Amino acid sequence: MTVAQLRNARRFLGGRRALPRTTLRRGSGISLGVAVLWLSLLVLIPLAAVVATAANGGWAGVVTTLSNPQTLAAIRLTLAQAAGVTVVNVVMGTLIAWVLVRDEFPGKRVVEIVIDVPFALPTIVAGLVLLGLYGPRSPLGFDVSNTRSAVFLAFAFVTLPFVVRAVQPVLEELDPEIEQAARSLGASEAQNLVRVVLPSLVPAIAAGAALSFARAVSEYGSLVLISGNLALRTEVTSVRILTYIENGQVAQASVVATVLLLVAFVVIGTLDFLQRKVTRRG
Amino acid sequence: MRHLARWIAIVYLALLVVWPVSLVFWHTFGDGLAPVFATFADPLVLHAFRLTAVATAWSVVLNVLFGVTISILLVRHEFPGKRILNVLVDIPLSVSPVVVGLALVLVYSQDTGIFGKPLAALGVHVLFATPAIVLATTFVALPLVIREIVPVLHEVGTDQEQAARSLGASGPQTFWRITIPAIRWGLLYGVVLSLARSIGEFGAVKVVSGNVIGRTQTATLVVEQFYYEFDKERAFAIASALALVAIAAIVAVGVLRSRAAIKEANS
Repeated sequence: MTVAQLRNARRFLGGRRALPRTTLRRGSGISLGVAVLWLSLLVLIPLAAVVATAANGGWAGVVTTLSNPQTLAAIRLTLAQAAGVTVVNVVMGTLIAWVLVRDEFPGKRVVEIVIDVPFALPTIVAGLVLLGLYGPRSPLGFDVSNTRSAVFLAFAFVTLPFVVRAVQPVLEELDPEIEQAARSLGASEAQNLVRVVLPSLVPAIAAGAALSFARAVSEYGSLVLISGNLALRTEVTSVRILTYIENGQVAQASVVATVLLLVAFVVIGTLDFLQRKVTRRG
Repeated sequence: MRHLARWIAIVYLALLVVWPVSLVFWHTFGDGLAPVFATFADPLVLHAFRLTAVATAWSVVLNVLFGVTISILLVRHEFPGKRILNVLVDIPLSVSPVVVGLALVLVYSQDTGIFGKPLAALGVHVLFATPAIVLATTFVALPLVIREIVPVLHEVGTDQEQAARSLGASGPQTFWRITIPAIRWGLLYGVVLSLARSIGEFGAVKVVSGNVIGRTQTATLVVEQFYYEFDKERAFAIASALALVAIAAIVAVGVLRSRAAIKEANS
C-alpha cells in the first residue's frame, strides 16, 4: 500500500490524518535543503535579481524602456517571427511525426537522428551552418542574410524537434482499433485523419508549439551571424538585451529580460496545465 | 498520400538540416586536412577547448548530483511545495541564454552583486573568470538529467526498493544497488544530453565570461571571433569539431535507446 492509499484509507475511515504531509526523513530532508539551496543560488535568486532590477526603476522606467522604438521593434519582430515559426512547426512537426510513426522506408533511422541535430548542435555552429546554404555564398543563389527571413530561418532550425518529439510518442500510443472502427464505418482516409487522429493529438501539438514558441523567443546564438542584428529591422530581443548589457544599461536590460521571463513563465504554466490534462485523460 | 507526406518531410529536413550541416563539413575538409591541423595546433584554440572541457565537466558532475537527488525527492517523497519545485526545475529550458547571463552578472558582480561583493571580499572572483563560465553552463543544462530520470523512476516503481529494505538493506545500499542500476540508462542519456548542451553553450557564457581572448574564451566564442575576423577557415574547422561531438552524442543516445528497447522487448 502506498502512502497516498494509506492516507485515503484513513480519511475514508473518518480518523484523524495520522500521516504527516511529508514523507521526508532526516537524511532526505537535508538533501532537499541542499538541493533547494543550490537551485536558489544558481537559478532563483539570479532571476529574481533581474525582476528586482527592472522594478527598481519604477513603472516610469519600464514604460520608457519599452517605448524605445528600437526595443519595441525588437520585441515585435521576435514575437511575430516566433509565432510564424510555431505555425510552421505545428504543420511540419505533426507531419514529420506522422511519417516517423506510420510510414516505413529505408533510412528512417537517419531521419530520427536528423530531427535531433538542431537540439544538440551548438547554436553558434547552427548559425554558421545556415550561412553556408542561405548566406552570401549560397550554392542555391538564395541569400537571406541580414533580412527578416534569416531570423525566421534560424528560429525554424532550432525549434524543429519540439513538436515532432511531443507528438511522436502520443501517436505511437494511439489505439489503432478506433481508426479501424472509423474506417469500417465508412470514413475516408482524410476524414479519419481530421476527425479521429488529429483531435487526440491536440494537447501534444499544443505542448510542442508552446515549447517551440518559448525557444524561438529566447533564441540568440543561431541568429547573430546570419541576421546581421540591424537596428529596427533584424534585431531580436536577446540581441537588444545584450546591447544594453554591453552599454552598461543594466536597468534597461533587466526590463526587457523581465518581458522574456514573463513569456517563459506563461509557457511553463501552459505546459504544466496541458500535461495535467493529458495525464488525467490517460 | 503516404508517399507525398514522406517526401515533404524528407525535402524539408534536407533543406533545413542535412544540406546546410554537410556544407560546413565540406567547407572544412574541402582543402584537405592541413588547415584543420594548423587550427588545432594554435595555443589560443587549445586553451578555448580546455576551458570548454573544464566547464562541461563541472556542469555534468553538478547536474548529475543535483539531478539524481531532486528526481528521487520529486518522485519518491511528498512534501509541501513539491509542485512548485517541479515547475521551477524546468525554468532554465525556457529562459534566453542572454537573460541567464544577465541574471548571473547582477548577482555575482564584484561591485554590486549580493553574492559577488562578499565573495570578492574573500578574494574569490566569479565574474569574467572560470567560475562564472561554470555557473552559466550548469544553469542551461540543469533540467536535462531530471527530465530523463523522472519518467524512469515513475516506471520502475518502488517494489524492488521496498523488497531490498524489507530484507534489511540500508538506505545507501538500496540506493547504490537498486535505484542507481534501475535508472542507469536514463541517467546515461541525461549525461550525454547535458554534455552536448554544455559544450555548445554560447550566449550565457558570452555575457558572463567577458570574452577575454586567451583567458575566458570557450570554443563557441572562438568560432564567433574567427568568423568576424574573416578567418572563415578556422571558424569552420572549430565548428566542424563541435558539430561532430554533437552528432556523436545524438547517435550514441539513439543507439543506446534502440538497444534498450530491444532488450526490453526480448525480456
